[in-house]
Amino acid sequence: MYRYDEFDRKFVNDRVAEFRGQVVRRMSGELSEEEFRPLRLMNGLYLQLHAYMLRVAIPYGTFSAAQMRKLAHIARTYDRGYGHFTTRQNIQFNWPKLEDVPNLLAELADVEMHAIQTSGNCIRNVTADPYAGAVADEIDDSRIWAEIVRQWSTLHPEFTFLGRKFKIAVSASDYDRAVVRFHDIGLFIKKNDAGETGFEVWIGGGLGRTPMIGKISNEFVPAEDLLSYLEAVLRVYNMNGRRDNKYKARIKILVHETGLDEMRAQIDAEWAAIKDSALKVPEYEIERIRAYFAPPPFETLGAVDRGFETKKFENSEFARWVSGNVVAHKQAGYAIVNISLKTDDLPPGDITADQMVDLADLAEIYSFDEIRATHEQNLVFAHVKQSELFELWRELGETGLAMPNIGKVTDMIVCPGLDYCGLANTRSIPVAQRISKRYADLDQQFDLGELKLKISGCINACGHHHVGHIGLLGVDRRGEEFYQITLGGSGAEDAAIGSIIGPAFSSADIVDAVEELISLYVEIRNQGERFLDTYRRVGAAPFKSRLYPEKLDAAA
Amino acid sequence: MPLLKGGKIVEDAWTLLADDLELSKAGFVVVSLDRFIRDRDSLVACSGPIGVRLTSAQSPQLIADALDVLLLIELEFPAFTDGRSYSYAQLLRRLGFAGEIRAVGNVLRDQYLNLKRCGFDALEIKEGETAEDWGIATDAFSAPYQVAYDTEKPIMFLREQRLAAQAKI
Repeated sequence: MYRYDEFDRKFVNDRVAEFRGQVVRRMSGELSEEEFRPLRLMNGLYLQLHAYMLRVAIPYGTFSAAQMRKLAHIARTYDRGYGHFTTRQNIQFNWPKLEDVPNLLAELADVEMHAIQTSGNCIRNVTADPYAGAVADEIDDSRIWAEIVRQWSTLHPEFTFLGRKFKIAVSASDYDRAVVRFHDIGLFIKKNDAGETGFEVWIGGGLGRTPMIGKISNEFVPAEDLLSYLEAVLRVYNMNGRRDNKYKARIKILVHETGLDEMRAQIDAEWAAIKDSALKVPEYEIERIRAYFAPPPFETLGAVDRGFETKKFENSEFARWVSGNVVAHKQAGYAIVNISLKTDDLPPGDITADQMVDLADLAEIYSFDEIRATHEQNLVFAHVKQSELFELWRELGETGLAMPNIGKVTDMIVCPGLDYCGLANTRSIPVAQRISKRYADLDQQFDLGELKLKISGCINACGHHHVGHIGLLGVDRRGEEFYQITLGGSGAEDAAIGSIIGPAFSSADIVDAVEELISLYVEIRNQGERFLDTYRRVGAAPFKSRLYPEKLDAAA
Repeated sequence: MPLLKGGKIVEDAWTLLADDLELSKAGFVVVSLDRFIRDRDSLVACSGPIGVRLTSAQSPQLIADALDVLLLIELEFPAFTDGRSYSYAQLLRRLGFAGEIRAVGNVLRDQYLNLKRCGFDALEIKEGETAEDWGIATDAFSAPYQVAYDTEKPIMFLREQRLAAQAKI
């Protein structure tokens, strides 16, 4: 993984010192809260319902055991012993005191971490495929390019006060494991006919109030021109994006209102003027960064480990965990292990400091000292020997992290909701916990197969409900918590935005409503169909009449 | 309002001319875009140095054909969070504008480095503020990660330079 050199180290330390000065000026009253707000946001510091919250960047979700231990230390020292993984592969801590934050950031800098641009109207933490470097279906390691984009975007002088936040994701696979099509800029690494590397660029995707699937602005931007192309897109957006209404300020609205062809023409004109400049990424820098992501020293192993196969045969619980959470690795004899943070005990994405320390130890033993965070609020050990899976599973079980529910109905993306967030209309976590309880039976979860359920506590859609096979959106009805259901969304390669099925349900009724939808699916599904497939085949009507039978009665 | 230029507080030789005021022959006047478009010929003919003030909704593309007759372009910041003018400054420099680019309106000293990096040379600061107050922001970082107007040699270039130096030893 990427390691800081003296330049990166100096830069992050400079940033901590700068913020320390800004906090002093805020506490002395020299900076008003209005002036301080964007400065603290660009250092990851939010003011929430009850207290501050600090969001720490985990660039493209890759981090080490030492970094995880430091996060555990921060959870114990500044939070109340927990961390919360987010959909941008970051981690959040609640309850830090303003005056402690510079020290907290200095502690992060000690392990080559920071909170730069995890919030604010700037280019946010760059995300990538959590299986990068481990999966056979990629054509390059997307983290190399995410790191190049990270450095270019860090404190970019021109793009630090944009109209709105700006998110970039990178993938090198036809399987979209990073919701790339729903980013302000989505990058798919491609090879052209000559075998050269480049990027298929998608612009104007996003969730929030106005969900939109991105559109292809360029089919192939040569790798060396990546930064000039990004700069052209950002410049056109920064100059022309709307500033009159923050709900219409994302690039998706500009693309929509300008039209894709005109938008492309503007980007191409700007790009042509700056392409042949110092913005070209030099080959030596690409290779320098590539070297950090060289494959770990894999052993030469057979494709199938006899002992592993035997263990699966002997232990059905282990076999179930393997079938649910373990994915094929490109290297013979190895596997990718997903670690679910959707357990019975904690809110989705949450982890205790003790679990962090346990995982750090396990990552060193079993996965070349490397951990990944996923946008679905889970973790990944990317390089585990098949022969050691059983032992790892046993140890994960001891720390309460062997839940085999990856991709199942209880593996929900859930925003913090009204329990923490000042923007939320409703709580999200309690609904998720009730759904988890309702579907606690693992046999039933496996029978239902892949089912992506996502919950947002307000229209800002942090819980990605628009791209849930089933999405729940919290709405306020005269002071009461209601939940609107959308069906048919997907954030993967079959990207789609879900449709609202009908009137919202009260908090008391929402879990029953979800169960009705799932029961109908079980009744009418064809062999091998996921919930999403069935929905796409039959359409909304059967689901609608199941949820709202009284309307049928009225019509009859 | 005090003018900060080249790290020092300097005398401001320019005057902002309201749209309805008569043009003096002395020059060093700044006019709005509307006035410039309306009176361009007479301004160029009878005045000394002239400048144009653009609002944050007015792209420099609107005066792209006049850059060689202008000595000053003022870019307005109606709020310090409105960052359009950073791109306008970069665009002006890319279009070859060699005169002064000045930030007017609401900017924080924490933004000074960004302004300089994008091609601004001068900005209005508040009464009572000192050049030292503002200097802190520009000294905050020893090297940037990206190419901008101020440098074509960001950190990645410094890395290469260091490697080359090591190779020589």
